[in-house]
Amino acid sequence: MTEELDAGFVAKQIADNDMLSEPAPGRHEVGAARKRKEDARLITGRTQWTDNIQLPGMLHVAFLRSPMAHARVTRVDVSAALSMPGVVAAFSGQDFAAEQGSLPCAWPVSEDIVIPEHPPMAVTEVRYAGEAVACVVATDRYKASDALEAIEIDYEPLPAVLDMTEALEEGGPTVHDAGNKAFTWTFSAGDLDAAFRDAPVVIERTFVQQRLIPSAMEPRAVVAQTDGDSFTLHSSTQIPHVLRIMLAQVTGIPEHKLRVVAPDVGGGFGSKLQVTAEEVLLLLLTRRLGKPVKWTESRSEGNLTVHHGRDQLQRLSLAADADGRLRGLKVDLLADMGAYLMLVTPGIPILGAFMFNGIYKMDAYDFMCTGVFTTKMPTDAYRGAGRPEATFAIERLMDELAAELSLDPIEVRRRNWIAHEEFPYTTISNLTYDSGNYEAATDRALALFGYDKLRAEQADRRDRGDPVQLGIGVSTFTEMCGLAPSRVLGSLSYGAGGWEHASVRMLPTGKVEVVTGSTPHGQGHETAWSQIVADALGVPFDDVAVLHGDTAIAHKGMDTYGSRSLAVGGIAVLQACDKVKDKAKNIAAHLLEASADDIEFDGGTFKVRGTEAGTTIQEVALAAFAAHNLPDGVEASLDSDATFDPGNFSFPHGTHLCAIEVDTETGAAKIRSYVAVDDIGKVVNPMIVEGQVHGGLAQGIAQALYEEAVYDSEGNLLTTTMADYLLPSAADLPDFVTDRTETPATSNPLGVKGVGEAGTIASTPAVVNAIVDALRPYGVNDVTMPCTPERIWRAVQGGTA
Amino acid sequence: MTRISLTVDGVTYEEEVEPRLLLVHLLRDRLGKTGTPIGCDTGNCGACTVILDGRSVKSCSVLAVQADGSDVVTIEGLSGVDGRHPMQEAFHQEHALQCGYCTPGMIMAAIDLLKDDPDPSDEAIRHGLEGNLCRCTGYCNIVRAVRRGAQSMSSPEVVSGI
Ligand code: FES
Ligand code: FES
Repeated sequence: MTEELDAGFVAKQIADNDMLSEPAPGRHEVGAARKRKEDARLITGRTQWTDNIQLPGMLHVAFLRSPMAHARVTRVDVSAALSMPGVVAAFSGQDFAAEQGSLPCAWPVSEDIVIPEHPPMAVTEVRYAGEAVACVVATDRYKASDALEAIEIDYEPLPAVLDMTEALEEGGPTVHDAGNKAFTWTFSAGDLDAAFRDAPVVIERTFVQQRLIPSAMEPRAVVAQTDGDSFTLHSSTQIPHVLRIMLAQVTGIPEHKLRVVAPDVGGGFGSKLQVTAEEVLLLLLTRRLGKPVKWTESRSEGNLTVHHGRDQLQRLSLAADADGRLRGLKVDLLADMGAYLMLVTPGIPILGAFMFNGIYKMDAYDFMCTGVFTTKMPTDAYRGAGRPEATFAIERLMDELAAELSLDPIEVRRRNWIAHEEFPYTTISNLTYDSGNYEAATDRALALFGYDKLRAEQADRRDRGDPVQLGIGVSTFTEMCGLAPSRVLGSLSYGAGGWEHASVRMLPTGKVEVVTGSTPHGQGHETAWSQIVADALGVPFDDVAVLHGDTAIAHKGMDTYGSRSLAVGGIAVLQACDKVKDKAKNIAAHLLEASADDIEFDGGTFKVRGTEAGTTIQEVALAAFAAHNLPDGVEASLDSDATFDPGNFSFPHGTHLCAIEVDTETGAAKIRSYVAVDDIGKVVNPMIVEGQVHGGLAQGIAQALYEEAVYDSEGNLLTTTMADYLLPSAADLPDFVTDRTETPATSNPLGVKGVGEAGTIASTPAVVNAIVDALRPYGVNDVTMPCTPERIWRAVQGGTA
Repeated sequence: MTRISLTVDGVTYEEEVEPRLLLVHLLRDRLGKTGTPIGCDTGNCGACTVILDGRSVKSCSVLAVQADGSDVVTIEGLSGVDGRHPMQEAFHQEHALQCGYCTPGMIMAAIDLLKDDPDPSDEAIRHGLEGNLCRCTGYCNIVRAVRRGAQSMSSPEVVSGI
């Protein structure tokens, strides 16, 4: 094959590429659309996925999983499996009972919370279909799964608990002995009764946030090994640092004897922000067997047992004046926890609690959330985590209010949003939005979208009775991200802080190593951090290497989720660079025989003010390494650490507009155009930002139109494969028009806000608003997600869905 | 066990395989061709796409024994150690990947798509890649990359692609 390649072309591409990577003199790296460093391995198949790992003597693990949603396990007999070819060991939950502990929940949100025991392998009772009940360890993956069939197991069925409302009724079947209520969490501000009393307009709606399967393309994989003293766990995880601490606590392996590595990770979206049963069990297995063990899930196994997302029932009341001014909002949520509380399960709806008021001013707000146990896979973080649910609710309600008052949905928003001159603004839910300009983002979006023209076309289609109606959906969203100020997390009972750590090492040859505690899984940290360091230290972009994801290399970190990497981790990198510079300046002054006060740093060179004398940071690095001529009492190192803890969240916002054509005869909905104008503050790499927006949009749109995890009436998951769970393909999505407005965040020195979740948070209500808008003439005021052709068609027929 | 012989990325292998062994497992677990990943167990995601005797296939849906006597090209064989195929370079230039898990399959499928339609429209690209799922990019940049790759590959400097 290779001789068919055109070597000349390849060489030219490489030459072009090399030119690109040579920074032009004086060019600022921050803000440039640098092509990613990560790509070199990813496009050539040299990526290090966890499943790639092969170790001498490595054994393969397969798990037997419960086919029932709820049952007592009365007998497990693994003996027949043990005699199958290649089988080294087989265990039931009973075999681990004494040492497996309980999977952790780090977010006990309320005083009344019930955190049930969550054994990694079920011992006496299974509470969701897919829960592990036994395992086989064999010499290859085929033999391991073959032997599962030889395991004998008896179940005594117990009633499934599937519907949250029914689950809370007295006297029904329970998931745990303590009942089906996990917690209640409330918040209130202002006088809600007064707001609703005599309110000219009250809108009441119930929205369903369907259950979603995060579906990172890389299935989970875990490899565990031990040398008899210490342990190494490779896992496809977003959170090697958090995982190390938690696994040490669960397994009793001392933290300093446990190294956790996240190699290249193929997407996460929150689903790999978890401490999983399989990670615990593989550590226990390698401890028991003294051999390296590996487990890689199949997609069907993953759909059953990777934590799910969303799943809320939202009961909402909004009171407004006759001119559309908001008076008060009441939110009553039921949040499906599934069968157990996993790492941050109960905290997800609470993250949304502060976002239901969106970008709007109002007099009163009441929030109540009840966490409910069901016999389903536990829910937990999924892209946006609480904030998409809240944004959906308020943005749908604003459109309903507009319809009720016959106002344009943009106009009703304008009458209520925080004006740009009002920042910083403390909202009804007591967050201080530091910056933003909703007018600017909206005006830009309206212009790009051609709003007036599309409204005219809509009117025309309505007049003509066109069977294909046009709908226009608006979403003027904000979100809180950059998780987060540690004090705030503490006040919300979260088990950890929200800081991030970085180290910057100057190597003797002038190259730079950056160690970040923020562990990427596709975001492009290696590129963005290199850009930050290049500007901060005046070194070439290519002279920076970014190390991450291995607790033996990056010993400290809080990892990657909640759009926090740049706004927290990136700032830690910047601050570590500042410390390097300070140390270097001192040495430079000594070398230049000048006072440190007279030294300026510019573009990588320390200069004596007003003279030509100077020395580069690389020269200082070498001088520090040689240590022949350092000032008295100065250590022979420029290396520096920094830990950054922001004082506030950051608040990206934006205006998204969606035009959708809905065929009222078939129910088919096709997005015609989608405009996203996001204000995410300052931007380090606009190319990466645009990519994050695109991907976020795809996932938010998919919630609106395609995806739903469906359980049958017995609690079996029906959507176990990618044939059943509809992830959008290229053919299902439109091209996106994206643009940005910019109001810098004031909570960090780069002015950055975060972009990982924005697209997902904004887009779901934009799409559903568009569908409902198309169908208003048919008396439709809601369509339940996902808005499938059948649901849309039924809505048209019945006037409601 | 069945004895098979096949060429993968220019190297000929003779292997004893179980009849049920999937081609993708042969590639990954036995031949060390871990550049080709697995994303599903139902042939839906396309992550495992390779080129088998000149056409793209999902290597999770082919048995190793079916590949007996065949010529397989994986993402690792697309270019030399230092080189890049125009389509690989196009994915880099257009930022058509984030986590990169779908990327090997996407690139192989894109190259195959151009065989039938060397100058595809956006619409044709979107439909042509329907069997390859990406969870990260929202596909816009993948479409752009395939367009760019198509242009590069049809430029006179390129004698022939794969
Ligand atoms: S792994 Fe082959 S199609 Fe998904
Ligand atoms: S880049 Fe992550 S799945 Fe496509």
